[in-house]
Amino acid sequence: MSFLLTALIMFLFWIALSWQFEPLYLISGVASSLLVAYLSHDLFIGQADVRTGVIRLFRFFAYVPWLMWQIVLSNIDVARRTLHPGMPISPTIIRIKNIYRTEMAMVLLANSITLTPGTITIEVNKHEFIIHAVTREAAEGVLMGGMIERVKRIEGGDDV
Amino acid sequence: MFDAAATVITLAAVLVLYRAIKGPRVYDRALAVNMIGTKTVVLLALIGFIYKRPHFLDIALVYALMNYISTLAFLKYREKGRLD
Amino acid sequence: MEIREIIVGAFLGVGCFFVVVASIGVVRFPDFYTRLHPAGKSDTLGQALILSGLMIHEGVSVVSLKLFMIIVLIFIVNPAASHSIAKAAYLAGVEPWKDKEGGRS
Repeated sequence: MSFLLTALIMFLFWIALSWQFEPLYLISGVASSLLVAYLSHDLFIGQADVRTGVIRLFRFFAYVPWLMWQIVLSNIDVARRTLHPGMPISPTIIRIKNIYRTEMAMVLLANSITLTPGTITIEVNKHEFIIHAVTREAAEGVLMGGMIERVKRIEGGDDV
Repeated sequence: MFDAAATVITLAAVLVLYRAIKGPRVYDRALAVNMIGTKTVVLLALIGFIYKRPHFLDIALVYALMNYISTLAFLKYREKGRLD
Repeated sequence: MEIREIIVGAFLGVGCFFVVVASIGVVRFPDFYTRLHPAGKSDTLGQALILSGLMIHEGVSVVSLKLFMIIVLIFIVNPAASHSIAKAAYLAGVEPWKDKEGGRS
């Protein structure tokens, strides 16, 4: 199941990249996507079943617009601090508890923290996220901003 | 318009090159080299549009992947002293 | 001068602004961890805006699809790269710079 799904996605990817429909290209596309699927289907689909993955994918798409808005705010903030002659920064390191079970949720939260105002993920392990913040307000923004809850909602409860 | 943007990005890459030369730590240099690499991706896309050759975009896509992997390989080598 | 070309120019201009700000930030900030902030954020958004400008110029086509793939790739890979550099430096024991009040650690 995961083998065929991976092969199908890889073949669609091949067509999107080449956009050639002569038989030679199609046959080499089928061959190479089967080879790639054979080598990596267990990595690409992973442990979770497909239905859960699709539900999480849709929840993720609902999360993206909010993230984009945060990224724009973040960039205006960084640009202001960079060009300000006095450079108003007060770097600090905070730790927050890791409440996630799946690795995708950890990756998503770490990536979102790096992209949003004034904070960068330095280290993730099973127990905590270590975050470098450029100001103390930014550090509080991570804890108060609701991002942790949003990512937890994408991951879902125990059943999904 | 595209050539103006390409010029600005090249000048920005020169600014980052200053940090790559100055250091002071090897991690600053790795960061600067990674940034120059990502700027190169955008520059390749812009060049493809300036000369009207969309095939440059394939090169840009591959370069984006290569740039990330080379950064990771460098950091791993730096940390462990070997790559296996 | 079409209206679309004006929008493309605006995207390219704002994107170039953010890329230049990121470069100035990397040169100007005082220590390694603060330099990661412009590299991880402004650079990503600037490049994504420039590529979006190219997408609007191109319209709906395969070229736009490839540009979109590059944008998605940049959004995943750029924070991951700056995170891996940060983690390597943290494990190697690079100390963060503190301001005069002394940040908590």
